[in-house]
Amino acid sequence: MTYKTQVGSLKSYDKGVIELQDDLKHYAFSNVFEVANNSKPFERVAVAKNLEYVAEAVRVEGTSPWYACPHDEFVIVMDGEVEFDFVKLDEAAVPTNPLGAVQLSAAPNGQKMGRVRARRGHQVLLPAGAAYQMKSSAPSVAIIQTAAGPVTIERWSEICTLS
Amino acid sequence: MSVQKTDIIASEPDPNLGYRSFKFGSFEFSRDEYFVHIKWPKGSHIMEIDRFLRAMVRDIGWGFFYGWIFFDDVFGTQNHYGTVDIYAGAYDSGHKAKGIDLLETFSAEDVKKAFETISQDWISEGYDPLRAPLETGRAEGSKGKPRTDPLVRGFTPAKRMLGLDGDNPVRSDEAGYPVNRAFADLEFDQPDIEVEPGFEGQLHAINLFDHIARSDVTWNPSVTAVTKASICCVTSEEHMLPVIHGNDRNEWFIQLTDEIHWNIQDKNSGDPRGRIVMKSGDVCAMPADIRHQGFSPKRCMLMVMENGTPGLEQQYAKGELPPYPIDDDKWA
Repeated sequence: MTYKTQVGSLKSYDKGVIELQDDLKHYAFSNVFEVANNSKPFERVAVAKNLEYVAEAVRVEGTSPWYACPHDEFVIVMDGEVEFDFVKLDEAAVPTNPLGAVQLSAAPNGQKMGRVRARRGHQVLLPAGAAYQMKSSAPSVAIIQTAAGPVTIERWSEICTLS
Repeated sequence: MSVQKTDIIASEPDPNLGYRSFKFGSFEFSRDEYFVHIKWPKGSHIMEIDRFLRAMVRDIGWGFFYGWIFFDDVFGTQNHYGTVDIYAGAYDSGHKAKGIDLLETFSAEDVKKAFETISQDWISEGYDPLRAPLETGRAEGSKGKPRTDPLVRGFTPAKRMLGLDGDNPVRSDEAGYPVNRAFADLEFDQPDIEVEPGFEGQLHAINLFDHIARSDVTWNPSVTAVTKASICCVTSEEHMLPVIHGNDRNEWFIQLTDEIHWNIQDKNSGDPRGRIVMKSGDVCAMPADIRHQGFSPKRCMLMVMENGTPGLEQQYAKGELPPYPIDDDKWA
């Protein structure tokens, strides 16, 4: 017996179905590849929300702004290749918002920490206290585990199956 | 809610089958070749032994998980995080209408000990209820040679992220975790990490799909990354979830590969609400007022997002939080 593992991508995904006698808003059924296909580069669109916590789907294409966050975040690359550059923030530059990532107005001053290149299935730590920038030469898709913050976009009516 | 303090009581082994029977609180448990028989003062119930043991061992390993674990539509447990309810028919309209249901509350430690005692006696060498049915022997039949390896494994959570110094390691060939047959078609590489001097150990990345592909257990979410109280769990799923889960909070599923078919029921009555088929890239909430059970035709990878904030279950139970995750005003 041989198996063929099905893994979606920006170019090829097959969304499932939701057939319920219930309010479909309660299930907020979406697909990260569909969301990324309909997003501008680096829009961080919430696809899951547990009170203050979210998972964001991101279309990674080109070079992102710099972000920083007061707590750890984690990224899973779902399609393509993404490079993450990290800079150690001075203590005074660490975001003061309680939760979620913020976009920095300019490239941060600080020591370069290094970089990570991640591809499909890789999970990357975005450590608290570090600024990070994402880059990709071709459209890629990532899921960010974080908390809802200033850069989180919620547009549930547009991304979810409601009938 | 009164909490019983009690020990499990075991009979002598049955001279024919070799298994012991057990009494715990008002519940009695016995098994034959094919079935478990559960009795309580006003009722009784029968369930396939394989399903019962698959559910019981996971319930132990999960620490009774979040909310309700229905072994089937009649029997199960509810976690109160320190105490645990064991019920029969308490969430089944027929049993409730006849007044023959029973719910008793015990310390979590006593239930864990009781379930471990039953499982150890009823599981013989060659049968591993955590594995997919195609990868293990059978639960049915008379008692065989006792198992000597741990019944429960793979449940240790990461504290920050898998693979960091001092945290849980990722699975590997060297650690005895080969890639499962169902993911043999995938190629696994490692992320490239370049660290500047002075920042060693501060940047980190793993191949998460490789880690999941090497799991030797199914339907066993294990914590891989933690953002404050937001917990990312991943799991490999094959065949059917051997319990019906009714969460005491909202949770989210992100289908990483392949597909799972979920049957959805009303949490209190068990009445069917319909189904959801999730495919790679799909994201779906499991609201706090349902039960769900998954069916996975091919072994797949699933990510589960839980909010582990202590006391959240009480806020949902009191109606202080809606049983669904997205507020009405967010749909405008």
